[in-house]
Amino acid sequence: MKKSEIPQDESALKGWTREVFYAKNEEGKYEAGLSTGWSVKKDALDGAWEEVHKNVEIAHQLVKDGKMSPIYYFMELNLMDVSVLAQYMGFWKWRVKRHFKPEVFRKLKPTVLQRYATVFEIDVEQLKNFK
Amino acid sequence: MQEFKHYQAAHCENGVTVGLLKQVGLEQITEPLAFGIGSGLFYIEIPFLKLQSGPAISFRTFPGNIFKRTCKAFDVQLYSKKYRDEIKGMNELDALLAQGKSVGCQVGVFHLSYYPKEYRFHFNAHNLIAFGKEGNDYLVSDPVMEDTTRLSQQAMRKVRFAKGVLAPKGHIYYPTSIGIVTQDKLIKAIKTCIKRNCRDMLRIPASFIGTSGINYTAKNIRKWKDKLGDRKAALYLGQIVRMQEEIGTGGGGFRYLYAAFLEEAAAITRNDELLLVSEKITKAGDMWRDSAVQMAGIYKGRLTTQADYNHSADILNAISALEKEAFLELDKIKL
Repeated sequence: MKKSEIPQDESALKGWTREVFYAKNEEGKYEAGLSTGWSVKKDALDGAWEEVHKNVEIAHQLVKDGKMSPIYYFMELNLMDVSVLAQYMGFWKWRVKRHFKPEVFRKLKPTVLQRYATVFEIDVEQLKNFK
Repeated sequence: MQEFKHYQAAHCENGVTVGLLKQVGLEQITEPLAFGIGSGLFYIEIPFLKLQSGPAISFRTFPGNIFKRTCKAFDVQLYSKKYRDEIKGMNELDALLAQGKSVGCQVGVFHLSYYPKEYRFHFNAHNLIAFGKEGNDYLVSDPVMEDTTRLSQQAMRKVRFAKGVLAPKGHIYYPTSIGIVTQDKLIKAIKTCIKRNCRDMLRIPASFIGTSGINYTAKNIRKWKDKLGDRKAALYLGQIVRMQEEIGTGGGGFRYLYAAFLEEAAAITRNDELLLVSEKITKAGDMWRDSAVQMAGIYKGRLTTQADYNHSADILNAISALEKEAFLELDKIKL
């Protein structure tokens, strides 16, 4: 790739930084250059986020239908999976999975709820009353 | 306090390596040299493992290798520590900064407050340099950024003790001393790292690693449309493109960075044969980008047939052949 061909498309980097690219200058030697982004990878990143939003919506519906507890929703909202959430909580995975059950969730101790709320960076009331 | 010079790099680990080694007096080091001496170029698709519900693909060697190998090549002594106790981990960082040290930190990007939200996934192998503290704020040199930035005490604790795959556990590291760097040592480092990189790309006996690994992915791509359905298959392709092109790769799945290294190595060793291989790796980088454009056609929904998937796979097969040829040539060059 030539230095003049380094893509300068608008992307999520805007207003934050430009990224380093290695490309050939006019003498055919490698040089570092800066890029504002490339539409091809912006589309890939957008696609990944669409998937995240879709999963969050599905999780929301499951909570509304009484099939899953709010913990499941906030896990999805924070892009976590069970193993990441379990590590943040210091629990075994099966324990976190159990807390996805609405009837188990309703009986959780305030201290456990508080820890979940801290991990999700929300107020404990938000977690308890999430609809 | 020793003055810290921020060094922007394509890739965070290269950047931290360069930034820290320049601090101890290794003036010759550049990003391509650090990447090459760390035998950074690689390819792997880890079978059965899925990351963010896509294939687990990497175009570079395992996190930490580049830094470790480059330090070893120049007889750099390292201080390196991980912590169970978060408070102790924070206090020790503060103490080192108070002594005027610049300290490399492994962090997770999910809570990295200065990152745009779009990039904040649970990725834990990011690296930055803390080079001071002012009040509640750490002064931070993040190699992927144009300028230095800051992190609050709370944010620093969160990113250093992020959880999940490759959890950093507060990992900090910095060079304490360096051997005498001679031209001979530099040439020897280049020889060693090139041999090692040839081994990694050509001779690891697993079908999903190195140049044969690229064919392994190609074979999978041909099956994705039927096996996963259009939507998921498109997401999988998007994941390949992100691993290949996202911040930190220097473009073309690190291939341009490696080609730049070979160019520098040719000048240092006065061996022009390396330039011919560099040309081939550049071509491979160009082809990786062509394949990304083709894959984007699919995940944007413009291309939808099995033939389009096959075309993507064909490009990967061609890249595999070209990289194999380039590394076999590289392997034969007497340095």
